[in-house]
Amino acid sequence: MNDMPTPASIGLSREDLPNSYIGRSVPRPNVPKLVQGRATYTDDVAVPRLVHAAFLRSPHAHARIVAIDTAAAAKVPGVVRVFTGADLAKVCDPWVATLEHLKGMKSAPQYPLPLERATWQGEPVVAVVADSRAAAEDGVAALAVEWEPLAAQLDMETALDPGAVVIHPALGDNLVFTRTAEKGDVAAAFASAHKVVEATFVTGRHTGVTLEARSILADYNRAEGTLTVHHSTQAPHMMQGVFAKQLRMEEGAVRVICKDVGGSFGIKVHVYPDEVAVAAMARIMGRPVKFVADRFESFVSDIHARDHRIKGRIAVDAEGKILGFDIDDRTGIGPYSVYPRTSAIEGNQVVNLCGGPYDFANYRCTTTVVFQNKTPTCQYRAVGHPIATAVTEGLVDLAAEALGMDPIEIRRRNLIRDDAYPYTSPPGMRFEGLSHHAALAKLLEMVPVERIRADQAEQRRRGVHRGLGFASFIELTNPSPFMYGIGGARISAQDGATVRMDPDGSVVVLSGVTEQGQGTDGILRQIVAHGVGVPVERVKVITGDTQTTPYGGGTWACRGAGIGGEAALQSAIALKQQILQVAGTMLQAAPGSLDIVMGEVVERETGRARMPLGELGRIVYFRGDTLPKDLARELVQTRHFITKEYPFAFTNGIQASWVEVDVETGIVKLLEHWCVEDCGRVINPLLVDEQVRGGIVQGLGGALYEHCVYDEQGNLLTTTMADYLVPMSAEMPEMHVGHVETPTNESLLGAKGAGEAGTAGAPAALMNAINDALRPLGARVTEQPFTPARILAALGRI
Amino acid sequence: MSTRHDITLTVNGERVTRLVEARRHLIDFLRLDLGLTGSHAGCEHGVCGACTVRVDGEIVRGCLVLAASLDGAEVTTIEGLSDSGEVADLQDAFVARNAAQCGFCTPGMVMAAADILRHHPDATRAEIREHLSGNYCRCTGYQAIVDAVESTLTARKEGVR
Repeated sequence: MNDMPTPASIGLSREDLPNSYIGRSVPRPNVPKLVQGRATYTDDVAVPRLVHAAFLRSPHAHARIVAIDTAAAAKVPGVVRVFTGADLAKVCDPWVATLEHLKGMKSAPQYPLPLERATWQGEPVVAVVADSRAAAEDGVAALAVEWEPLAAQLDMETALDPGAVVIHPALGDNLVFTRTAEKGDVAAAFASAHKVVEATFVTGRHTGVTLEARSILADYNRAEGTLTVHHSTQAPHMMQGVFAKQLRMEEGAVRVICKDVGGSFGIKVHVYPDEVAVAAMARIMGRPVKFVADRFESFVSDIHARDHRIKGRIAVDAEGKILGFDIDDRTGIGPYSVYPRTSAIEGNQVVNLCGGPYDFANYRCTTTVVFQNKTPTCQYRAVGHPIATAVTEGLVDLAAEALGMDPIEIRRRNLIRDDAYPYTSPPGMRFEGLSHHAALAKLLEMVPVERIRADQAEQRRRGVHRGLGFASFIELTNPSPFMYGIGGARISAQDGATVRMDPDGSVVVLSGVTEQGQGTDGILRQIVAHGVGVPVERVKVITGDTQTTPYGGGTWACRGAGIGGEAALQSAIALKQQILQVAGTMLQAAPGSLDIVMGEVVERETGRARMPLGELGRIVYFRGDTLPKDLARELVQTRHFITKEYPFAFTNGIQASWVEVDVETGIVKLLEHWCVEDCGRVINPLLVDEQVRGGIVQGLGGALYEHCVYDEQGNLLTTTMADYLVPMSAEMPEMHVGHVETPTNESLLGAKGAGEAGTAGAPAALMNAINDALRPLGARVTEQPFTPARILAALGRI
Repeated sequence: MSTRHDITLTVNGERVTRLVEARRHLIDFLRLDLGLTGSHAGCEHGVCGACTVRVDGEIVRGCLVLAASLDGAEVTTIEGLSDSGEVADLQDAFVARNAAQCGFCTPGMVMAAADILRHHPDATRAEIREHLSGNYCRCTGYQAIVDAVESTLTARKEGVR
C-alpha cells in the first residue's frame, strides 16, 4: 500500500507478517464449490410457479413483420402465453443507446421485441412462455410469422454510400458516430519522413462465448409490487436501474441477484432485448419467467465485437524515431447501438489508444461507426485495445523492416521513457505512471531471444518457418465517470464496501463489485483480512445482490480490484480503528497502543495477546451493559471509493509470441508465449497470472480461430461450437507471465486492473510472429483471424 | 409430442425410477428431473464438454445421450464423484492452482481429468492437453488445468512408490 506498511516495505518476506495478505497467492475461497459442482448459476435457481420463455428469432437480416399468427402456438400443450412486441410495449419503454459526450452520436429506439421490422438475423421477435423450455420451443415452432424481406445493408464499407439501405430512415443515414483526434502536423511529418509504410488491417468480428449462456429469471410479485431478477450479469445495480426505468417502476422495487456467473468477458454487461422481454413478461404475468439462451441464440444475439477495418500509416526518421501515425478506422456495429454503454466506445477506444506505448508528436486517427444488418456489437474484453495494439504494433514492425532495424531496438528507441510521467498522449490520454522500458527489460530476461533466433535460422535451413513477434501495449483500467457517467449513462464509476465484525469475531464484507471467475471474492477477502487483521478464513465475502450490497458499478473495465478493492480496504481500516476504540476501553489502553493480528487484539509494541476478537464481540453484542454508556460500539463501517485525479488508470505491458507456420497447410502452431504486465500493486500473483493467461488465450482465439462469418444474405453461418472455433487445450502454448509493479497513487491499495492485458496484446504479438516467420518468403498477413486459407493466400499458394 | 419411457437406473449409487420423454437428454434428466445441477449444458451439441458425466464407467456427453436409453445404467456425476472422494486430490490441486475461474466448465473438466487419472496414469503434459481438448474453458487458458492434472498424476505416482 502506498503509505501502509507491507511486509516488503519494512524488509520482511511476505510470509513474515501472518495477516499481511497483499501480494500473496492465497487460493480463492469459492473454488472448492466450483470443482465439486456446488455452485449456483442462474439456471440452477429453483422457484415455485416458474415458466420458461423461448423466442422466435428473425430468419432474415432485414424484414418487415407483416403478420404474426399465434393461434396454433397458444394451443400447444404446456404453452401458457404468447407475447409480441406490441404486447410488451404496453408495459415496457424502448431505449436509445447514445452518450452525450460522444458528439453527434445517434441510434434508434429499441424495443424488447420489435414492433414493425426485424433488423438482424437472430433478433428476438415473438416470445412463447410455457411450463417447460421444451414446450416453449414447441410453441415457437407452431408460430406463423409472415415476413416481407427487405434489402439488407451488410457491408460496413458501403454503409454510407448513396445507394446504401438506410436501416433507420428517421436517422437519415447509417452513420452512428465519427471522431477524429489530431495532434501536431501529420502532413508535414509524413512529408519529411525517412520512411513511410502503410498497411490495411482487419480484425475479425467475433464474440465472447461465455460457457454459461446468458441467463435470467425474473419474478414480479404483484402483492409486493416488486420485481426480483436472478441474472447472470456483471453489473447488478446498473441492471436494477435499467429494469426499473424500462418497466416504469421505482428502482427500490427492483432487486437484482447475481450468484455464480459462468463467464462474462464484457458479454454480460449489456442490455439485451430478450432479457428485458423476460422481465416485462414476468411483470405482466405476475409470476417467475426464465430464459437461458441456447448456443445458437448466443451466437446470433450475444454482442459481437471487433468488426473493424483499419488503414494505417507510420512515418519514421532514419534513426527509427516514430514521427507520426495516420489511421482510419471503420467499424460496423449492427442495427442498434447497444444500451447503455453504446457501440461507439470500441471505435472511440481505437482513436484513444493507437500509438499508445510510444513517444511521438504527430497523430491523426479517425473512427467511423456505421449501422449494418448484423448482430449488434459492443464492448468485449479489452474493448478496442486488441485492435489499436495490432495496428500500432503491426506498423511498428513494418517500419522496423523498412529500416532494417531489429523489432526490439525500434521499440526501445520509441517507448515512452519510464521517467517521463505524468505524460499525455497525442489523443489526450493521461498516464500517471507506466513502465514500458522496465517491462521490456523484464521480458528480455524471460525470452531467450538469442537461442530463439539461432533456432529460427537453423529451422529455416530445414524448411521450417518459425517466427518471434513482440507487442507493447497499454490498457485502460479503473475508469472514472469520464467513461460513461459524463455521457448521461447511469453507470457507476464509484463502488462501495461494507465491512462488519460479527459476535464470533468473524468479518463479513459486502461489496458492489461482482465475481465472474476473476477472483473478486478472493482479493476482497485478502484485502479485508489484511486491513482488519484477521486470518483470511475468518472473512466472508458477499457480492451480487442489490438489496444488500452498497451501490456500485459491478465488474467491468478492470475495476474490481482498483475500485472495489480500495473501497473494501478503506472500510476494513475504518472497522479496525473502531474495534480498537472499543478494545481500548475494555482493556483500559490507548487505542493507538493496540493492534489486531490474526484475529487477536495485541499490544502494538510487544505483540502480546490481549483479547481475541470473539471475546470482544461477545461483550459488545451480548454484554453491552458492561461498556460505558457513550461508547460507540458499531462494529460496521462503509466506505465508497472513486478515482479523482486521472480519468483512467492506465497499465502497460509487452508480450512475445513464438510460433511455427506450416507453409504447406497454412496452420500456425503456437510454441510459447510471454507477457510482462504492470497492473500496479499485485494483490494475488496467482490470480493475476491466471487472468493474464486466460486473457492471452482469448486474444489468440480471436486472432487465429474465432470468426462470426455471414453469408451474402446476412445469415450467420457460425452458430455452433463446431463452426465457431474457440481455443482448445491441445492448441494453446505454455505461457510465461512476469510483472513490474507501478502502483497508482490514487489509492492506498495502488492496484490497477489486470484482466484485459492478455487480450490487448496477444493478437498483435501473434501477428508479428507469423509475419516474422513468413518474411523470408515475402508474405505478410494483416487480416484476422489468421486462418490457414489466409496464410496460404498470402504465400500465393491458393 | 413425444412418447414416454419408464427407466430405472443407478445415479451416484442411488437407484432412481422416472418416466421420461423420449427426447429427454441425459443432461436435462440429471438437472431437471433429479436436481443434479453440478453438470452443465454448455452447447447442447456435443462440443464443449460442460455436461461430461460417467455412464457405466466411461465419460460421455450428457447432451448427446438420451435418458430413455439408460435403463439399467450406472451414472456418476460430479456430485457423486466428489462425495466418493475419488478425486479429492485433483480437486485440491484445482483449488491450489486456481485451475477454475468461472467454474462453469469445471465439473466436466474434472470428470474428464478423472478419466485421465483412471486410464492414463503416465500421461504426459501433451497427452493431458490432448485428452482435455473436448472440454472447453474460456477463462483459464488451460495451463493451470494442465498443471493441476499433471501435479495430481505425479503425486499419485510418488504415493505409490
